Amino acid sequence: MSTDTVNRAAQTPDEAMPFAELGMKPEEYTRVKEILGRRPTGAELAIYSVMWSEHCSYKSSKVHLRQFATKAPKSEALLVGMGENAGVVDIGDGWAATFKIESHNHPSYVEPHQGAATGVGGIVRDIMSMGARPIAVMDSLRFGGADAVDTRRVLPGVVEGISHYGNCLGLPNIGGEVVFDPCYIGNPLVNALCVGLLRKDQIKLATAPGPGNKVVLFGASTGPDGIGGASVLASATFEDESQAKRPAVQVGDPFMEKLLIECCLELYAADVVVGIQDLGAAGVSCATTELAAKGTGGMHVDLNLVPLRDPSLRPEEILMSESQERMMAVVRPDDIPAFMAICARWDVPATVIGEVTDTGRLVMTWDGDVIVDIPPGTAADEGPVYERPYHEPAGQAALNADTPDRLERPADLRATLLQLLASPNLASKEWVTSQYDRYVRSNTVLAQPADAGMLRISEVMAGAEPTTRGIALATDGNGRYARLDPYAGAQLALAEAYRNVAVTGARPLAVTNCLNFGSPEDPEVMWQFAEAVRGLADACRALGVPVTGGNVSFYNQTGATAIHPTPVVGVLGVIEDVARRVPTGFTAEGLRVVLLGDTHDEVGGSEWAHVAHRHLGGLPPRADLEAERALAAVLVEAARRGLLEGSHDLSDGGLAVALAESCLARGVGAAVTLSGEPFVDLFSESAARALVAVRPEAYDEFASLCGRHDVPCYGLGLTGGASLVVEGVFEVPVEELRETHSAALPALFG
Amino acid sequence: MSAARVGVVTFPGTLDDQDAARAVRLVGAEAVPLWHADHDLKGVDAVFLPGGFSYGDYLRCGAISRFAPIMDELVPAARAGLPVLGTCNGFQILCEAHLLPGALTRNASLHYVCRDQRLRVEQTATPWTNAFAPGQEIVLPIKHGEGRYVADADTLAALEADDQVVIRYLGNPNGSLNDIAGIRNPAGNVVGLMPHPEHAVEELVGAPSTDGLGFFTSILKNLVDA
Repeated sequence: MSTDTVNRAAQTPDEAMPFAELGMKPEEYTRVKEILGRRPTGAELAIYSVMWSEHCSYKSSKVHLRQFATKAPKSEALLVGMGENAGVVDIGDGWAATFKIESHNHPSYVEPHQGAATGVGGIVRDIMSMGARPIAVMDSLRFGGADAVDTRRVLPGVVEGISHYGNCLGLPNIGGEVVFDPCYIGNPLVNALCVGLLRKDQIKLATAPGPGNKVVLFGASTGPDGIGGASVLASATFEDESQAKRPAVQVGDPFMEKLLIECCLELYAADVVVGIQDLGAAGVSCATTELAAKGTGGMHVDLNLVPLRDPSLRPEEILMSESQERMMAVVRPDDIPAFMAICARWDVPATVIGEVTDTGRLVMTWDGDVIVDIPPGTAADEGPVYERPYHEPAGQAALNADTPDRLERPADLRATLLQLLASPNLASKEWVTSQYDRYVRSNTVLAQPADAGMLRISEVMAGAEPTTRGIALATDGNGRYARLDPYAGAQLALAEAYRNVAVTGARPLAVTNCLNFGSPEDPEVMWQFAEAVRGLADACRALGVPVTGGNVSFYNQTGATAIHPTPVVGVLGVIEDVARRVPTGFTAEGLRVVLLGDTHDEVGGSEWAHVAHRHLGGLPPRADLEAERALAAVLVEAARRGLLEGSHDLSDGGLAVALAESCLARGVGAAVTLSGEPFVDLFSESAARALVAVRPEAYDEFASLCGRHDVPCYGLGLTGGASLVVEGVFEVPVEELRETHSAALPALFG
Repeated sequence: MSAARVGVVTFPGTLDDQDAARAVRLVGAEAVPLWHADHDLKGVDAVFLPGGFSYGDYLRCGAISRFAPIMDELVPAARAGLPVLGTCNGFQILCEAHLLPGALTRNASLHYVCRDQRLRVEQTATPWTNAFAPGQEIVLPIKHGEGRYVADADTLAALEADDQVVIRYLGNPNGSLNDIAGIRNPAGNVVGLMPHPEHAVEELVGAPSTDGLGFFTSILKNLVDA
């Protein structure tokens, strides 16, 4: 096959190009021709098709995502906002944190182990490319029904992939979620979050300034794996041929990624990097176009210089390959020897493949012929933007009218509690989390099953000045709530993650999000998306926490059936003195058990309705953002003053499950008295609530703090004993709680 | 008197080297970074081989690290009496290098396992465990996929007869023969264990235990008294 050069393209304007096979629409192809003034070459078509794919261009979501900027609350903490590889937040004392969550849903269904593993690898490289040391990961996972046959294929593979890749990289896995629902059976969700730390003055950006500077590709060599992953896999609905898409899933090498991390940190320390970009979706296409578009505007690349694992690769394939563990740096010519020496010390192959120019064109050659000659911004930033039509789903009103009022409420609340604790969504996730290293690097202050993961930061990098600060992170999302009301569901996801950070004593600072939805070409799905984004943007403003970045995953649907709309929200917080962190649950005997926040009769979309009745209808709990803000203020101030011995947020399963989990944390029982209707008190999922354990002598000070913030505060009883006692309702030995809670997942997954 | 100097080796893919160095410093010793590609032990008084996935654990855990240049220096020094502690991947490397007998194979569960593990210290006559009481029960984290200790029957019998089992699991997490979590060489200066003492040295972080400190205070006392 002869190479399709720019000259040839100019001479053969009518040659048919396989744009449809590459996922491109006819009108998009026409626009490419207009931009270039001729038909694109095969290599150019490869670049535009991946860069304009839904996954890379956000063409269906852009018009909605703008609200995250236009409605953003004022925040002095935000150093780098949306649009870079990851957002960066000022956490004080000269330190900055960068964090982001990203989906790897489609690959994880096709090939669970590699799909999940490379999801971790990709998000870690995003964090590295900001100039940071990655310091922890978390995973938000959703699977089909726990007892479904395919879940037994997908879940163990996903967990093993995350476990193997993350453990081998040496990053502690400090939290996340595991949720089961039949709606995810054909579209599991694997959302991976990474957080990194850097000095405030060391932020790196994806940019290629300075004509004459060298473009260096370093890390793994380029193979045929993952070709077209972004355009083919992540931007289309699954039909039945997913086996045929297997080659579009990448294969990970965590060992190479570990070397890349240490190598990059040495390169940054030596100050030999002008700009840097990781190679993720769309590989060399994405890295070169984005670097060039944000720099001086031009770049010349000789594709023959790209080191190949498979020498038979064509230039189009090199451009589209999503081979993992690769980075691209822009380096001053004088710094090349030092750059190469550091790469050699870490056994990381590095090759100069091109040079920055001031031509305003991205030019690539192959065997001496020009095969790409495009204005890079047209591929990187000026992709198509769609105002997709949307309308409320036909059945939405009926769904909302089918309230849980018609459901029979249980007489035996003890049995209901045990039923919930044994249900896959609320049962102990130790079967999963024990496969993750939570201790490596020795900075883990809190990890699962704590409400939020927490890390100290003073010891992260040798030589940095000490600080008492720490960061906390939580991710949350509830697809059932979002199905009932996507606007409220997105707000409740944010509220829960925000609350989970606050209960540890950390002040919530910033947000990342992963928006998992069905096909944007379905107006009903698009309505869910539009509502969720509007809700999240409004809630971020109300809570004063800006969105710093994130990811949209569309096409999570098989045939006509979409998943529940599932916005997953990650919140990062900072605690000024990490030694003041509040552990999860009841930590000692003789403490006052205190419920914060008001409880209403709200069981729409609840875990109880799901488990006891397989019912989904009505409306989710009300998102009361003013109450969330006040609650967080109380929790953070109380932690700062050392008033709290333990805490736990109230969410799925309500007070009953929060009490049980608090007892299980350290094996300390409690005796409490309810004041309202027992079923509602125990199983309602009203938001803006938390449970805390307070020393009796500190109670008055704590109660007056709550009063000042208008946070309702109810003394329920005392910790102690070997049982959870709800006076006049039930008593369950902690040991029985433990057996029930811990048996479910091992029974399902071995 | 100059501080006791404990070398901490970094191979490509080593993960717990910073943790080990921090634990060494916490007890007042000096942590000396040693690099896999150097033929140089920098005159250290003892060596810590930390955990991780050296060379990605490709081929077999520790199988490639054994041939690293630093091992050309370490093996004869260990045979001559230099105190060496290998944890997790470090233990695997010590077995591959034949400084310790037996091998670490895939966990019986076939899953990687990270948990806070109860253990019993069986042998305190080593430079790494003399701060413990014989029979003392401790908690240290384990985190490995290939920690199942195996050896042939004669080797096992000899290990037991010569009191070379240093530490045993209480509640076997991985199917190790005789519940073995750690062993020493006949001279006692080389110890390998799967648990991670370096992750159990501070109240604030890591496992809910500071029992790992004993390994570091042991070597410090041993070096200072020497």
